[in-house]
Amino acid sequence: MTIKKDVIIIGGGPAGLAAAVKLKECGIDDIVIIEREKKLGGILRQCIHDGFGLTRFKETLSGPEYAQRFIDEARQKNIECIVDTTVIDLTHDKKVIAVNKNGLLEYEAKAVILTMGCRERTRGAISIPGSRPAGVYTAGVAQSYINLQNTMVGKKVIILGSGDIGLIMARRMTLEGAKVEAVFEILPYASGLPRNISQCLDDYNIPLYLSHTVTKIKGKSRIEGISVSEVDENMQIIEGTQKNYDCDTLILSVGLIPENELSLKAGVELDNNTKGPIVNENYETSVDGIFVAGNVLHVHDLVDFVSLEGERLATSVTNYINNNKLPKCEINVIKDNNIGHTIPQKISGENDFVLSMRVRKPIKNAVIEILQDDNIVRTIKMKKAIPAEMIQIKIKRENIKSKSDLKVVVK
Amino acid sequence: MKNTYDIAIIGGGVVGSSIARELSKYNLSTCVLEKELDVCCETSGRNSGVLHAGFNNKPGTLMAKFCVEGNQKFDEVANELDIPFKRSGKLVVGFTHDDKEKLIKMKEQGEANNVFGLEIINKDRIKELSPFIEGEFALYSPSTGILNPFIYTIAMAENAVENGVNYFLGNEVLNIKKEICEDKEIYEIKTNKGTYKSRWIINSAGLNSDKVGKMLGIKEYTIHPCRGEYFILDQKAGQFLNMPAYPVPNPKAGGLGIHLTPSIDGNVFIGPSSEYIDEKDDYSVTKEVMDLLIEDGGRIFPHIKKEHFIRNFSGIRPKLVGKDQGGYDDFKIELREDIPNLINLTGIESPGLTSAVPIAKYVVSLLSQKESLKENPHFNKYRKGITCFNDQPLEIKRKLIEEDENYGEVVCRCETITKAEILEAINNPLGVDTVTGIKYRTRAMMGRCQGGYCQTRIANLIKEEKNKKEEEILYCRKDSNMFVGKVRV
Repeated sequence: MTIKKDVIIIGGGPAGLAAAVKLKECGIDDIVIIEREKKLGGILRQCIHDGFGLTRFKETLSGPEYAQRFIDEARQKNIECIVDTTVIDLTHDKKVIAVNKNGLLEYEAKAVILTMGCRERTRGAISIPGSRPAGVYTAGVAQSYINLQNTMVGKKVIILGSGDIGLIMARRMTLEGAKVEAVFEILPYASGLPRNISQCLDDYNIPLYLSHTVTKIKGKSRIEGISVSEVDENMQIIEGTQKNYDCDTLILSVGLIPENELSLKAGVELDNNTKGPIVNENYETSVDGIFVAGNVLHVHDLVDFVSLEGERLATSVTNYINNNKLPKCEINVIKDNNIGHTIPQKISGENDFVLSMRVRKPIKNAVIEILQDDNIVRTIKMKKAIPAEMIQIKIKRENIKSKSDLKVVVK
Repeated sequence: MKNTYDIAIIGGGVVGSSIARELSKYNLSTCVLEKELDVCCETSGRNSGVLHAGFNNKPGTLMAKFCVEGNQKFDEVANELDIPFKRSGKLVVGFTHDDKEKLIKMKEQGEANNVFGLEIINKDRIKELSPFIEGEFALYSPSTGILNPFIYTIAMAENAVENGVNYFLGNEVLNIKKEICEDKEIYEIKTNKGTYKSRWIINSAGLNSDKVGKMLGIKEYTIHPCRGEYFILDQKAGQFLNMPAYPVPNPKAGGLGIHLTPSIDGNVFIGPSSEYIDEKDDYSVTKEVMDLLIEDGGRIFPHIKKEHFIRNFSGIRPKLVGKDQGGYDDFKIELREDIPNLINLTGIESPGLTSAVPIAKYVVSLLSQKESLKENPHFNKYRKGITCFNDQPLEIKRKLIEEDENYGEVVCRCETITKAEILEAINNPLGVDTVTGIKYRTRAMMGRCQGGYCQTRIANLIKEEKNKKEEEILYCRKDSNMFVGKVRV
């Protein structure tokens, strides 16, 4: 028997919860969140450190506390949440198949919201040479073992990559009695937020070596050590700079990839830069009625922005459900080479929207210009733009004067 | 002679396990001593997973004979053991006039070995058969197949166990003595875990067959470990490759050349390289070879993208020929007059996987020259594999969950492997409880996230089912502890 719903939300993390609460506020009642874990909250559940909610709540909450505020709201609003349930198929005509202990569920929805989050890049994805012993973990997996499973992964730790989770884990493992020898980053600048470098490494005297990478993993059973080398500006290893370290654990914090396997099943088109779907200002994908927000769209550095994105998406979905259509988005947003990505990739010109972007490398005294037909739509000046920080720019509809492409450039 | 086995097989790889299964058809007491904690940790598991047709081997060799026989009778074996297998066909592609001459010679060699259906085809036909393979012409072999070498080896071992063979995993043979027991000579085999007695020894120790041979007094063989490295690509690349594609081999090299192989599960392997190394268990991968794989593989298959890289691994060929000589020697399978009650197998490299069943039958025929073998009336040739939830149609999926709610809990999201499958794997007939043991049996953790989502859950399930502490969970080999203990007690 097929269950019909106005909206199905796949993933009950911060993006899905924010979207659900907002939808309910907008009067869309017939909704369900499908969550594969036993509890709502997504990755926030294992983020027991604080610093969440600074912009939204003006408080510094832990991950579970931040999630709980949304979970409580969802409960109060009687939003249907099915946990311990995995979606195994999604079609372009918005049919959803999920499984749980009670059986196989078939749904059909007017709109589907994808909020599945992201996964970690692994050792295999970056092809680290050497042997394949136990003791090589991605930062999120180590975080799950330590914070959720009460399981300690190692005592003498090297971290490759200066992504935020790696930095957080450097502090966490130190607090749990491990010796974190060093963090190595292949880029000439840190990938994580400056506040995490300061609070997680500097405060604990953990050295960060930029322009360094692991060139070999050693040990046949459990990892016994690694070799590292310096790299040049083209990220090629500089001969003669090799150093060896003993360790029993290697933690990888080498990037996050939006998790779009379900999106692909529905025929959603992906962006080569974000690895997430191509969306318009309504957060609608290339498939009519399938919407997406949060880390499955593009990887965020702050959960506060994820929640906002989920809420903006919910407003669009409300319009979609109520009016059965949304304004056509035919204006392309294009970017120059100094910019890693922009979201959305398409706009209508009829609505205000938020442009999200990241620069490719640190730029001092950055000037971001948004142009249309060689006219300046908006200019933003920043003392320093860094890849670790997502930049969000509000654009007013009255400044969009034609149907020509919108160009985003950074100087 | 209580507590004495009729036969002790040293080495539980695909050949040892195939021999064990073949022997379980007779009224013999058999044990297998394996130094690793599972049956497919070395050469048997670390290869391209190709069922060769038999055109690469010289006519008259055991390799040619057993490979052809193993290929032609494989459908029956796959059916009995309930293992995934596909006769995909294979292309050996060439670009130059010289390549073409070699391909014609290879075809003639194959025909002399009784390989059926070989054809030299042109570029248009290549594109028809496999649109994304590059080449000016090719040797097309329709009988070549692909299989999962882990599942194949495991299935063979499980069927042997179900028919009464005892497997002793984690038992590395340290020395072998002869002892007189009730007026008969028997072997006393000492391992790191205990002592086992047997009337016969079958040495199928693969990479270490020379070492075990020396314990028995065989001095003439030396195994030269020859490593091959691989890339594994995401199933997203698998849609572009429907059959293995090989280059024309260099006769001096230790292998068949860097090729592209679709795995039976839809991934793509690039490799293997061929490099003689010093240590028999150095399964490292190297930057130099990774670059070479991409370059060489890209010539035949241009759809190699960095974003599809999932993993690297290597396997080691147990070769009887060294670097200077190059190429291949034949399988050595001997009933020796100088050492009674011993069958010695060495140099079982490629096509060993394809040849495993005929090798086992040959070993039994050698044994029957000295022993009168009686059939085991209880032998059951069928083994049932773990039902793969993801492969089932919707209605069967629904039914499976109704029968067992654990099918409704997806543990590995990339490969859609359920808790029911993981539990069945943890409670496998061989008693393997390593993390890779679960991986080899179910495919959990083999997908693009490499266990990022499910490894924590699987470690927990092993802990619960096997009543283990954190510090007792092993990844793959002895001492490969995953954890140091609890964060707090």
